[in-house]
Amino acid sequence: MHSFGYRANAVVTFAVTILAVMCGMASLSDNFNSPSPTADVKVLNINWFQKQPNGNDEVSLTLNISADLSSLFTWNTKQVFVFLAAEYETPQNALNQVSLWDGIIQSKEHAKFWIHTTNKYRFTDQGNNLRGKDFNLTLHWHIMPKTGKMFADKIVMTGYSLPEEYR
Amino acid sequence: MGWLSDSLDSIRTLQIRHVLTQIVSLGMIVTSALIIWKGLMCVTGSESPVVVVLSGSMEPGFKRGDILFLHMSKDPIRAGEIVVFNVDGREIPIVHRVIKVHERQDTGEVDILTKGDNNFGDDRLLYAHGQLWLQRHHIMGRAVGFLPYVGWVTIIMTEKPIIKYLLIGALGLLVITSKE
Repeated sequence: MHSFGYRANAVVTFAVTILAVMCGMASLSDNFNSPSPTADVKVLNINWFQKQPNGNDEVSLTLNISADLSSLFTWNTKQVFVFLAAEYETPQNALNQVSLWDGIIQSKEHAKFWIHTTNKYRFTDQGNNLRGKDFNLTLHWHIMPKTGKMFADKIVMTGYSLPEEYR
Repeated sequence: MGWLSDSLDSIRTLQIRHVLTQIVSLGMIVTSALIIWKGLMCVTGSESPVVVVLSGSMEPGFKRGDILFLHMSKDPIRAGEIVVFNVDGREIPIVHRVIKVHERQDTGEVDILTKGDNNFGDDRLLYAHGQLWLQRHHIMGRAVGFLPYVGWVTIIMTEKPIIKYLLIGALGLLVITSKE
């Protein structure tokens, strides 16, 4: 009845159960955090703007991104993946989301940042609809936990537009 | 001699009963595991509700051996989500992040481009030859939950099959020899 195997089994089962409950509670505790992040993005320059040989418009921007995401961090946060996407509508597509820049923040100390950069990924349209196009810049973040549920949210910034002519 | 055959018979029936009980309880374990797996498939809507991360392309977020819980809903796919997709001609599904989305006005079809957080470039080199975008049907699910390290069990078992057979053998022996 109380053999070694029986006791070992009971101990392991109990340990795994406790570990699972602790993981679940750590994940649930994330729900009590109500973050208040801020972000501001300026388009400093249109470096160039052209139609590629395959007919798609492509533009290169210089951006100034400043954000304070430190309130997103809890004790269960492993990292925050943050990226800036241009979002716009064209006659062909109801939604276009093009990621321009991204970064990984691994600690609360680095979550308040300021960066001056050109777009890291190509800002290319499916077609040639970018001349004079109004677009939103959206700062998305994706919280990756040490364990449990992942969270994502965004700040939409409106009122950006591209020039009428290629340059 | 009558009492000898009587006692032999009683031992025999006892052992048959014992073996039958063991078989039934083993069957219960196997079927309940199957029920949990199929139940998860129904709840999450994904054909594989749990995947093990096999490569380091999403480090430092996901490391090799971590497991991800998937969910497949009708919601449209958006940039920033981590999706699991199958590329034509490749057997192993890939877990990467969506960086570009183009959704059609009339049909609602989507063109998706993905990239691993730890990779330098986007995934067009991983796609089938000449394929520029992923479509909805390539996507198996999106990652919603994360549990570290647990996947190492399956990685070790698939890479060192001897350990798997040893484990199955030992468990089988335990089941057969246990007296309760």
